[in-house]
Amino acid sequence: MNDHVNPVEPYLRMERMPHIWCPGCGIGVVVNCFVRAIEKSGIDRDKIAVVSGIGCTGRIAGYVKMDSFHTTHGRPIPFATGLKVARPDLSVVVLSGEGDLISIGGNHFIHGARRNSDIKVFCVNNFTYAMTGGQVGPTAPIHSIATTAPYGSYDKPFNLPFLADSSGAVYVARWTTYHVRQLTRSMTEALTKPGFCFLEIVAPCPTIYSRRNRLGDGLDAMRFYKKASKVVNGANTRMVGLELKGPIIVGKFVDRDRPTLLEAMNNEFIPKLGKKYTPYPTGVKR
Amino acid sequence: MPTADPMGVLSGVHFLDGDQACCEGALAAGCRAAFGYPITPSTAVVERISLRLPLVGGVFVQMEDEIASSIAIQGAAWGGSKVMTVSSGPGMSLMMEHVGLAAMTETPCVFVNVQRGGPSTGLPTLPAQADMMQARWGSHGDYEIIAICPNSPQECFDLTIMAFNLAERYRVPVMFMMDEAVGHMTEKVVIPKADQIEVEYRQLPEGPREDYLPYRPGKNMVPPMAPVGEGYRFHVTGLTHDERGYPAMDAGAQAELVKRLVDKIRLQAEDICQVEEHQLEDAEVIIVAYGITSRVVLRTLQMAREKGLKLGVFRPVVVWPFPEARLRQLAGNKQVRALVVPELNLGQISLEVERIVAGEARTVLVPHAGGALHDPREILRVVEEVLG
Amino acid sequence: MANSTRKAARKFRGEVFINRERCKGCGFCVEFCPTHVLQLEEGFNHKGYHAPIVVDADACTGCDLCGLYCPDFAIHGIKVKTDNGGNEERDHAHG
Repeated sequence: MNDHVNPVEPYLRMERMPHIWCPGCGIGVVVNCFVRAIEKSGIDRDKIAVVSGIGCTGRIAGYVKMDSFHTTHGRPIPFATGLKVARPDLSVVVLSGEGDLISIGGNHFIHGARRNSDIKVFCVNNFTYAMTGGQVGPTAPIHSIATTAPYGSYDKPFNLPFLADSSGAVYVARWTTYHVRQLTRSMTEALTKPGFCFLEIVAPCPTIYSRRNRLGDGLDAMRFYKKASKVVNGANTRMVGLELKGPIIVGKFVDRDRPTLLEAMNNEFIPKLGKKYTPYPTGVKR
Repeated sequence: MPTADPMGVLSGVHFLDGDQACCEGALAAGCRAAFGYPITPSTAVVERISLRLPLVGGVFVQMEDEIASSIAIQGAAWGGSKVMTVSSGPGMSLMMEHVGLAAMTETPCVFVNVQRGGPSTGLPTLPAQADMMQARWGSHGDYEIIAICPNSPQECFDLTIMAFNLAERYRVPVMFMMDEAVGHMTEKVVIPKADQIEVEYRQLPEGPREDYLPYRPGKNMVPPMAPVGEGYRFHVTGLTHDERGYPAMDAGAQAELVKRLVDKIRLQAEDICQVEEHQLEDAEVIIVAYGITSRVVLRTLQMAREKGLKLGVFRPVVVWPFPEARLRQLAGNKQVRALVVPELNLGQISLEVERIVAGEARTVLVPHAGGALHDPREILRVVEEVLG
Repeated sequence: MANSTRKAARKFRGEVFINRERCKGCGFCVEFCPTHVLQLEEGFNHKGYHAPIVVDADACTGCDLCGLYCPDFAIHGIKVKTDNGGNEERDHAHG
């Protein structure tokens, strides 16, 4: 029976379907969770702006029927910071891949977190630069095979929750695309929490990462996530690094509060400037 | 046309340097969001901005680097703000990818380059004019920008307003090409009352949201720009796109889009160009100069005329698009024997002059590697040589 | 008879909607359906993939995990209100 419309469709640019993602790719799952999180959050979808960078995950921006920006490689976070500064009333969500956000975008990532720029950063981690054919990335576990690491990678990868935590992110969580309900809940929490909220979403790349590293297909990856994941809410982020075929610690690790970029600015200027300064709108409801 | 918001207009008579005047020009134009990174000799602009913007309802954020600054301004531009960033040589080079992004996505924004000696770290505290070609060709691909060269602190105020207006009118990145001499020179700057300052804002769409196409050209070959957060649900991408804003990666879409981006400026150059002319009516030699050099050559002009030499000065104020039609007309005059182009570089705008003049007259470059200004007598010597 | 008692007591059952031609045969829905409603069919859709088919309709609770998991937006489930054997009212799964 095809007479009931998939509830995700009103959020998608259906004229651009089918999308480019491979069979078993986790990015479509992330979109499902994102759409449901928007609904659960109660935020008007027309007050949400999606910003992405370059890569497979970056293509999300082009498929969601919302104000969306597909920017340059590595730079969605500063773009989002600028957008939020100009329009503090909007919810600004960055959806991009780990290569984009952490390698070329690494500097912007740590500064965005440091400043507590009020943006939500949902980082899909598939351990590879999939769009360009599977080069090694900053989160590839040691011994990963990639096109630019044909004998196996040897650089220690970043532990993303630790990086986010130590840079000052106020919300840090990791889930895999197996954990659809928890992921949706975390996205909802991040959407409604002021400050730099970071989600790492471990997802399969069946065509490239899984295949090249003999990890099976998308379904094999999802079964692996189910088996290897351990939910440890509040875990010490130092301890949640990932290894090839190793355990995956998931959960909500950090949930704290501090002034956002604009709130901190106001806090500094109000006492110093008095009447000469009109507090800048921050868009934050506390 | 609407006039400036008085909150940002520091009306009165001031004694300011070019960097400071540029900041005041931006505020008068309506800039309320700026993002930058310090680099000599441009830093004074953002230092003043950081002081002034909070007092006029704006925000300045010093970003972690120039790459972040050059795209944060674009986020804010899409958020509806008039925006600016400021840099010099090494920082401008970093920003080039994002100049291309702004051109491709038609994002109105102003990039201020207070030029210094280069290449590389070069001469941080000394003037040069060696980024002129970079301003136009610095990013990859085919696109066009507008570049303006002020030659005084007063112009740093007035022409910054013009830069913002052109950016909004044509939805294009505007390169405001100062140089260290103009930036660090202190002169009288008269800032008029707000109601004397005309400001422009991008065209907004009219009609029902469902009919809006983000990249369908309207007036001046420019698409109306929808505000974010008002239910337009538009998509913006740096990929080659169609009128819907969706990626359209084929030669046909490329031809249609990129040609319009380029034609938008090239075919409307007459409306954008601005020049200053001195004593051209009987000139046998014309000096073509811009920026700080255009002031130096006024002394050369004075000395030449005292000697009875028929010299004139042609000064492009807007350097890109170059005032091609007017220059060709001047060069076509039988009496004009040569165009002398002094610039603080080893030949950049002179190449453009040579191309345009196409042999109708001689083009003679008076190069200078930078770090100081031309001696006006040096230029006079070249003029005398040409006149024989 | 225990079975029918359980079914009679259920307030909601579910209904699955499958867009066969959109499916790319990843198998997530079949794997993660908690009540094993689905299997991949023997046949092929026009893209050459085995799409899911419902093999145990009564087992569907309308939890919409299939919808959450599907990367191609090719399946979703909704809760259908029952009055235990009488009329049925469709209800959006996310209500």
